[in-house]
Formats: sequence, structure tokens, C-alpha cells
Amino acid sequence: MYRETEIIKEATPGSNGEAGVFTINVGPQHPATHGVLHLVITLSGETILKVEPHLGYIHRSIEKMCESLTYRQFIYVTSRMDYLSAHINNHACALCVEKGMQIEVPPRAQVIRVLMDELTRIASHELWWGAMAMDLGAFTPFFHAFRERESINDIMEETCGARLTMNYMVPGGVMQDIHPNFQNRVKEFLRLYKRKIHEYDELVTGNIIFQNRMKGIGLLTPEDAVSYGCSGPTARGSGVSSDIRKVLPYEIYDKLEFDEVLETGCDSFARYVVRIREMQQSIRIIEQLIDTIPEGDFQAKTKAVLKLPKGEFYTRVETARGELGVYIVSEGGTTPYRIKFRSPGFSNLSVLDHIARGSKIGDLVAMMGTLDLVIPDIDR
Amino acid sequence: MFLTDYIKDVTGAVKSLATGMKRTLYYFTHHKEIITQEYPDNRDTLVLPERFKGEVVMPHDEKNEHRCTGCTACELACPNGTIKVITKFDISPEGKKKKAIDKLVYHLELCTMCNLCVEACPSDAIKMAQTFEHSVYDRKQLTKILNHPGSKIMEGVE
Repeated sequence: MYRETEIIKEATPGSNGEAGVFTINVGPQHPATHGVLHLVITLSGETILKVEPHLGYIHRSIEKMCESLTYRQFIYVTSRMDYLSAHINNHACALCVEKGMQIEVPPRAQVIRVLMDELTRIASHELWWGAMAMDLGAFTPFFHAFRERESINDIMEETCGARLTMNYMVPGGVMQDIHPNFQNRVKEFLRLYKRKIHEYDELVTGNIIFQNRMKGIGLLTPEDAVSYGCSGPTARGSGVSSDIRKVLPYEIYDKLEFDEVLETGCDSFARYVVRIREMQQSIRIIEQLIDTIPEGDFQAKTKAVLKLPKGEFYTRVETARGELGVYIVSEGGTTPYRIKFRSPGFSNLSVLDHIARGSKIGDLVAMMGTLDLVIPDIDR
Repeated sequence: MFLTDYIKDVTGAVKSLATGMKRTLYYFTHHKEIITQEYPDNRDTLVLPERFKGEVVMPHDEKNEHRCTGCTACELACPNGTIKVITKFDISPEGKKKKAIDKLVYHLELCTMCNLCVEACPSDAIKMAQTFEHSVYDRKQLTKILNHPGSKIMEGVE
């Protein structure tokens, strides 16, 4: 099935029929790839010579689909890209339309949006933490992570009406006002979460087996992180400051107190610690906002039919995985002429070959886990 | 020096494993903190939030009247072509023609529960229902006609 081109043959060491060099396929359907990702791995014994990701197994041409949908309709499709941070994807699209239309979002809607974003970020990192431990063979953390994530999903279900693909952000604000129980439920979740968060360190972070498998593995220097276009926790694990919430603040992030989490370990463990600490920063943001949601409208008054003026618009937000950019070219009509999503997963995946070369095959899954890949986000 | 490092490593490792096992033992002895639900068994007691988006329905009152005027706002708002409004002309007793819906066809198999149709509806004729078990044996059963047979528009709804 897999046919190497001549260029790859020349570029790959040991692919000219040397003894002991062979190629194996991981995926497209494999539990460790978290989706339909196909990895073609060239091995010399147990040492990885090259990893080549093959994409396209879950390509739904979302960008092309969006061209036939109106500015209200196209937002729901983006929940299906990075389905673990669906709110933040919707947020990016809504921001881009608002930028084009010059709609001012009411303060209440801004606070609700930020709250939802941070809850989503926690939920996404929770799932990543469980899956990460499962990649290394520990099954129990997966259930511990899902226990806390379930309470976030319940909050989402109550306010937005869905657990995963919410479609809650609309141009001009949010679709519905928050549920009357929302604040109490979130506070209850925070209490539960603070009681349980030390378990994560007890079970996984401090574990000697886990640390031995993470420290010094998958080294990514800051220079490489920048040149490969990494963003989010992957870049911040290498000490590259890339948090869009700090660098180019949107909504009310410039008024909030939180730290950009940076680690300088440059290895798998540093990327792990960044995400664990980011969850605590999200908790900090939620605590600042949950009691002071301003009164007012939850949605700005907008026209029934949205028409963006002729031109190009670009916004970026920080999803749980990194920088998501939305680029809209408008011809002045009701539908976009062209939409491009700059997804964080694609750039983060491209670094896999670089960090995996020279390490053992057993560590590949651990390295993939720390990149936090969501395949529909990569393929779109 | 090598020996002290070695002993330090081993004690550190044993300590970290014991910390994890302590947590495991805690849950082994505290059954009540374990939260699991068996899927089909709690259907009777399960209460879904009123905003839960399960499927689109059209509420009728006891006189078999609905609030749909046939304006096709939902059809235009739907991103997937899920809703098709088929209109007809009713002739009122005074001999005037009045637009009304004949059928509101809803394709559940195309629906993504995005709530845009409910938001777009100017007369609150449709809403989301809290159903979630949509599996059927034949896909034809997923195409539904939302207005009941013989139903007509509520008085006073324009």
C-alpha cells in the first residue's frame, strides 16, 4: 500500500536496502494514535530513523463547506475540527465575523465566553491527561480524569444544551443566557476539583516510572519549536512564549490576572507539566470571573442577515492546543469567499518526525501523547 | 558515592510508588466515591436539562393547533437542509387566501442539533426536545413530519 517516492528514499537514512532497516505502519486505526492517523515509521532495530505522518483519513473539507454557508451557519461546523475545545473554535469564528462587521460584544457576553473557554480548556486538558497516562499503560487515570470532566460536561449540557459540540457562540455574543444554576454549578465544580487535583500528582506526575519515561525524551529546542511553527503547550514546554491570551489579548484577557506557564525542560515532561499547571491557571481565571458576571445583554443587536464588507479578516485565539487562526476573505456577500483555518494540531504534528528521530519505538507513543494531537483538527 | 546515589534512587522510587498505591487503596476502601451509571437502567429517573438539544419538535396544544406560520425562516437558517417547509393556501370563510403550512418535513438524519432554526423562528413554533435515543432500523423513519395531521395555526399568531 505504501510506496516511497524517490525523494523520500534519498532523504531517509537507511532506506536503500541496508540490513536491519525496515518500515512499519502504525494506524490508520490504532488505539495509540487517538484517531485516524497513519504513521509510516522507518526503523533500524528499535531505533526510529524516520516518522512520516500520512493525513487525510478524516478530511471533511470543512474550509470548502464553509464557503457555502452564511456567517451564522458556518460556526457550528468548526466545533467538529478540534472537538475537545469546540467553544474556543466557535469563539475564534465569532470574533472574526465581529471584527468584520464591527460589532461590539456586551460585557456580559464577553465574560460568559471567557468562562466557557476556560472550562473547555480544563476539560480538554483533563482528557489529555487521562489519555496521556493511558498511552504509557496506566489505565486508572483515564477514569479519574473523566470523573472531573463529566462535571464540566454537565455544566455545558445545562447551559448550552450539548456536551461536546455546543454551538453556543454566535456573532455578537452567546446564543442563550447562562442557566440560573450555572454559577453554583461552576463553584461546586471548583470545590470538587481542588479537592481532587493533588491526586493527579500522586498518581502520575510523581511516579518514578512515569518520570523515567518522560524526562529527556522527545527533545525540542526553542529554535526548532519556532521554526516548525509550534504553539500552545508544545511550544511553551520549550520556553517559547506564545500564549495568545497574553501576547495579543482578545475579549477581557488583558484585564485578568493569570500567568503564562513556561517550562524550560524542552522534553516530554516539560510539556506535561505545562498542561498540568495551565489547568490551575484556568481555575484562577474562572475564580476571578464567576462572582462578577456583569448584568446586561448576552447578545448584541445584529441584523438578521450578516454581510461582511469586502476585505480580509484574521483573528487568532489560544485553544487548548495552541494558536487557532481564522482567516476570512469576503467579497461583500452573505457567504465567505474563502475561509482558512490555521489549526494548532497541524504544526504540532509536523514536529513529531524531528523529535522522534533517534529515540526508541517504545517512546514514540509517549511523545505523540505530549503533543496532544486531535486528528480532526489536523485534517479538517 | 555511587552507592548512596543508588540507594537514594531506590528509596525515592519506592516512595513514589507507595504514594500512588495509597491513593489506589483509598478508593478501594471508599466505594461510595466511585461514580458510575449503568446506561439503560436509569431511563425512568433520568432528567435531562430543559435546554438539551435532542431533536426538533413542534408543540401542539390540546385543540391540535400549532404556532407555525410557514415563513420558512427555519429552512433558511438551517445549515444542512434539514427542514423543508411545504406551504399551501387556506381559503378563509370571507374568501381570502391565507398562507399556511401543509407539511413541515424534518430530516433527523441530517440534523446536527445546532439550535439555529429555533433561534430563527419568529413565532416560537418549534423547540428542541429532550430525547436522545434516535436509533431505528429503517432510515425512512428518521424523516418526520412535525405538524400533526389535521392541525391548524393558533389564532392570533401572525
